[in-house]
Amino acid sequence: MTVWGVREHHRFEAAGKPFVYLVPSAAIFELDEAADTVLQTLRERPRTREELTAALAGSDTVSDPVAALDAALAELARVQAIAEVNAPVAPTPKVIPLAPFPLTTMVLNVTNQCNLSCEYCYEYGEDKIVDTENGRQPKFMSEQTARDSVDFMLRESGDNKVAHVTFFGGETLLNFPVLQKTIAYARQRGAELGKQVDFSLTTNGTLLKPDVIEFLAENQVGVTISIDGPKEVQDKFRVFHNGTGSYDVVAPKIKELLKRHRSRPIGARVTLTSGKMDVKRIFRHLTEEIGFWEVGFAPVTTAPGRGHAIPDRGYDEMLAQFRDLADEFLEASVQNRHHGFSNVKETLEELHKGVSKAFPCGAGLGLLGVATDGDVALCHRFAGSDAHKLGTVGGGIDRDAQRAFLESHHIANKTDCSRCWARPLCSGGCYHEAHTRYGETIHPNLHYCDWIRGWTDVCLKVYGELAVRNPAFLAQFDDASMKEPVS
Amino acid sequence: MNHLKAVNRKAARVERATEPDVVALQRTGPPLLQPHFPIGCSLVFSPGWEADRTGGTAGLCQPVERDLFDCHIGCYWPAQVPDQLNHAPDWTSKCAAAQKDWRKIDLIFP
Repeated sequence: MTVWGVREHHRFEAAGKPFVYLVPSAAIFELDEAADTVLQTLRERPRTREELTAALAGSDTVSDPVAALDAALAELARVQAIAEVNAPVAPTPKVIPLAPFPLTTMVLNVTNQCNLSCEYCYEYGEDKIVDTENGRQPKFMSEQTARDSVDFMLRESGDNKVAHVTFFGGETLLNFPVLQKTIAYARQRGAELGKQVDFSLTTNGTLLKPDVIEFLAENQVGVTISIDGPKEVQDKFRVFHNGTGSYDVVAPKIKELLKRHRSRPIGARVTLTSGKMDVKRIFRHLTEEIGFWEVGFAPVTTAPGRGHAIPDRGYDEMLAQFRDLADEFLEASVQNRHHGFSNVKETLEELHKGVSKAFPCGAGLGLLGVATDGDVALCHRFAGSDAHKLGTVGGGIDRDAQRAFLESHHIANKTDCSRCWARPLCSGGCYHEAHTRYGETIHPNLHYCDWIRGWTDVCLKVYGELAVRNPAFLAQFDDASMKEPVS
Repeated sequence: MNHLKAVNRKAARVERATEPDVVALQRTGPPLLQPHFPIGCSLVFSPGWEADRTGGTAGLCQPVERDLFDCHIGCYWPAQVPDQLNHAPDWTSKCAAAQKDWRKIDLIFP
């Protein structure tokens, strides 16, 4: 006799309807009453068809319970939400992308120097990987290395028609002259090769002088500002070398930038720390008072026990506040109004496409970081680290090192993740976070599993609500590119 | 699908990829996990199944009596008939046309 049981899934409700998120396919289905009753009953324990008939017989609204049961069983089995309990579970296929994998985004660390000394900085703080002060790397990338990097980027972008270059630091604008020349060179080389090159940068905002703003606006350079919120929040960790806060310096400059630079949406990138975590107040300040189009939040990357580290209960607090903001986002989106909470938007796009990741991000695959000396690393956070080097801009990508990295970091190797329903989106989380926390990039970020599952659940509910109440809103993700934000 | 509605793009792809293919055999009991591909007779337009998917004969392409010859002579399918090559060569000798003469076929005991 066939005994049915559930397969990996996450059931959630939105707009008064039941939904199921399937793992590992990342498909989202809305369930009718019969299918939901079958699923809920099987979630308690495996059952035979006869036992399920009894469960469904109690329903007043299902007209022909036996026929509905058989059809619902067949459909749930067809999408692998349920299966015969003894049927073998197919192992996750371990498919390593074929090389050469086209490069989509190159992050260019044009300097490893900074005019701020934020205590929590992963590049300068207690958890830094590379000694940027006394190390062998030049403090500023030379014009020649930047040109070589552009050539490397265009060469490695394969058949892609668009290549993204993100300037990063240190404080990116400390090397503004090279940045300017690199953009001009990339435009020219891109045009010769029939490729469009897209530019963006991340800055702390301290060096946004009028001529810089003019250049960024003229050249349609996407800008992300690292800023933590209102004065008392910003000045706690984002300080100059002498300890004075940076808010009063950056706020007017950012307002100037927002006034002049209208060709691209400008976003703020907030690092959340142990301090008072008033996400909604930070969001209000940055959008309504400063005027940012979008605000994205990221918990600080740190070893446990640091003063700025978020304690375990802090993740619960953060989730509650994210949930409130996500609810605001939902109500705005139902009415087709803009809401700048970018975290939820990014996750919605991945949910809409049904992304099921073998790797947590594009690092080492479609995204690479380049250090000031032209060494190519996994991403900008590892730029300059010999242990995470994947080649040089002159010599190209070290395919053996790249393949070894992808082989070892595939989700199929992460046994901790193998039973987690959130793995299609998380896939173990940030390599750099893992390296900082556990000393190895391959380690899943177990300290924030509950937070990731909680956040994914919030986003699934927003997605379900939008699918019912304003499906047209989700259509915007059909053609949107999957370019990752750099943080 | 009637009880599940694909919401995101991946769900639509899963639905397309698991579209049931040819399902011709009579089925009772638990639903099929995999699409079922009957092979043999249906491929030569001579189905030969004893019953249609509802358990009756109305849905068959050919009269049930035709099964006799199509299944054990024209097809490799092991029909439940006597071994006409070795054991009962004359088994159907009185049955020129199965539609008319099927009653004349004798019982054969091994």
